[in-house]
Amino acid sequence: MGGAVAKAVVDGVLTGGVYALMAAGLTLIFGVMDIINIAQGILVVLGAYLSYVLSQDLGIGLFLGLLITIPSLFVIGVAVEWAFMRRLQERERTALSILVTYGVAIVIEGILELIFGPNYVQLRAWYVNQSFHVLGFYLPYIYVFGFALAVFLLGVLYLILYRSRFGRSVRASLQDRAAARLVGVNVERVSTITFGIGIAVTAAGGMVFGATNAFNANSGYDLISRLLTIVILGGLGSIGGALGAAVFMTVIEGLVAVLWSPVWATLVFYAALVLVLVIKPVGIFGQRAARAQ
Amino acid sequence: MKVTALVQGGRQARSPAADMEEPWQQERRARGAWAAGVAALLAIAIAFPWVFTNPTTTSIGVFTLIYMAAATAWNSFAGYSGYIPLGHAVFFGSGAYTLVIAAQDLHIRGGYTVFALVPLAGAVAVAVAVPFGLVALRTRRHTFVVITIAIFFIFQLMAFNLGITQGSSGIPAPTPTWPAATFNDRFYYVALAILVVAAAFSWGIRRSRFGLQLLAIRDDEDRALSLGVRVSRVKLTAFALSALPVGMVGAVWAYFIGQVYPQFAFDPLFDISVALMAFLGGLGTVSGPLLGALILEPLQQYFTLQFSSNALYLVVYGALFLVVILLLPRGIIPTVRDRVASWRERRSGSTALASGPDAAGGVLSSEMAGGGVAGAAGGGAVSPPGPSGPAVRRG
Repeated sequence: MGGAVAKAVVDGVLTGGVYALMAAGLTLIFGVMDIINIAQGILVVLGAYLSYVLSQDLGIGLFLGLLITIPSLFVIGVAVEWAFMRRLQERERTALSILVTYGVAIVIEGILELIFGPNYVQLRAWYVNQSFHVLGFYLPYIYVFGFALAVFLLGVLYLILYRSRFGRSVRASLQDRAAARLVGVNVERVSTITFGIGIAVTAAGGMVFGATNAFNANSGYDLISRLLTIVILGGLGSIGGALGAAVFMTVIEGLVAVLWSPVWATLVFYAALVLVLVIKPVGIFGQRAARAQ
Repeated sequence: MKVTALVQGGRQARSPAADMEEPWQQERRARGAWAAGVAALLAIAIAFPWVFTNPTTTSIGVFTLIYMAAATAWNSFAGYSGYIPLGHAVFFGSGAYTLVIAAQDLHIRGGYTVFALVPLAGAVAVAVAVPFGLVALRTRRHTFVVITIAIFFIFQLMAFNLGITQGSSGIPAPTPTWPAATFNDRFYYVALAILVVAAAFSWGIRRSRFGLQLLAIRDDEDRALSLGVRVSRVKLTAFALSALPVGMVGAVWAYFIGQVYPQFAFDPLFDISVALMAFLGGLGTVSGPLLGALILEPLQQYFTLQFSSNALYLVVYGALFLVVILLLPRGIIPTVRDRVASWRERRSGSTALASGPDAAGGVLSSEMAGGGVAGAAGGGAVSPPGPSGPAVRRG
């Protein structure tokens, strides 16, 4: 039992890091643009499929392939922003952005299903199949590698946001779009690039997700509902909150799976969201969730 | 009466053009034409299965009516209050499961008795909607949308995993023993009856003080609260009311389909379809969701029949969705109504001097007819849909 609990906690922290990366993209987009990107889930699946094609058909390793998939998804993100997001009227932004990104998600899901069919696939590599022994249980290498990748990319994100001129304009737009515009930030350009970055992280998230889970085109629904739960719990727009909430939720889910039943673990994930919002409508870690109209 | 006399008197004092129709006469005439139009549409709907007897066609008719009722009900909360819930499939699925489980427990084999369970399904949907609303309506805007999605997934997971719903193998509905040729007609008329109730609800809410309170919430919730609207109660009531027809059509759907599976009873595409229908027709209008569903659902059924591939359908549907929202963000009905209004204005522009005061009188009297605008409406441009009343503003 003790070993199982330790495994649940370690698993939870390691997968939590990957979820944190995907959720950071989502919450960053929200913070800067006031948009909830429902397509984030299916884009993770798209990233996973890209890695699948690269590794399966072209023999490019999963981590090396990221050099191709991350820029690809960045371009897709910029294209989506350019084609749809900037055309939304300011007044209706909230409702319309959710519907538009939902529409984008449906189109991508359909295309993926047309190409790859309904069968589940999983990414293969030696570090996916082999495990090592630690704390009385076996852990596949990919969990550690994926966590390291997530930490690395979150570090890069941190450097971009807090140590660069561009990051300063992103944070200015995050605080107040109108004021940022007044002091000379090109908010439109910042929005486009932020959207691209927020989506580029799904390439890495998708690779790790695809290596640790079997997936098909429908997996996007499960992913997006988890990611939304995480960003709401963390407080919309707060990257630190998303990190905390991601690790918190995956650990809780792992513990429930071990101590109770795996069937109800996912339910606990959402139930925690409902429970937290009954007690504290702005989320555990956030103060900004219920931003003024 | 007094109000009309006053308005009349004022109008006469300002403009003695006696050969013009009185505003209330115009309105009565418009209302008569409107009632005749509704009656004609209803007659067409009733006659439809007699004219088109092909089972494929009537089956599309049943699905269309189900979605028309659901979209109307969804809009009677979302369109008027400005909150966008993406979790009404919870009520649809609850209604569907209520019917099949109750029929099983009560040993109802089939036939018309099963339809007696439809109101029960509606009641269960409302019973589900109250705690759902209590939780979700504590939040606003993005968080509200996300919460409804999360609660939707909780219900889908429960349907997969609870003993009562028998998991992914699903529950069979009672099998009706009606002849194949007119099999669909029973479902058609029951769905039509629910649709009429849902549309009447939607229309009634739109015209009522309650509806004005909802519109005030949509325009500015904090201001509505400070003006004395009991915001929480109004929102929750509207939310629960909107669940009723959805649960009922869910039950009809279950009986019609014959087997209830968790992934189809609690379908995320249902949430988004209903929203799209309302957006396409015109969010916050009475007729918009009806028109939207009337366009989209036959299209969806046609696709399902024509191409067995679900994936292709997803691509087309999503693309259509994007086009609608980007090109017609306000929906068909408000866009057309504005065009007509501006065309009328331009046409009557030459006689503007004579008819100016009349127009003012018309607006005044139509506002009086709506009743209770003062106090409830706050600052929003709210006016009941008169003959040439301003289009509804969305907030």
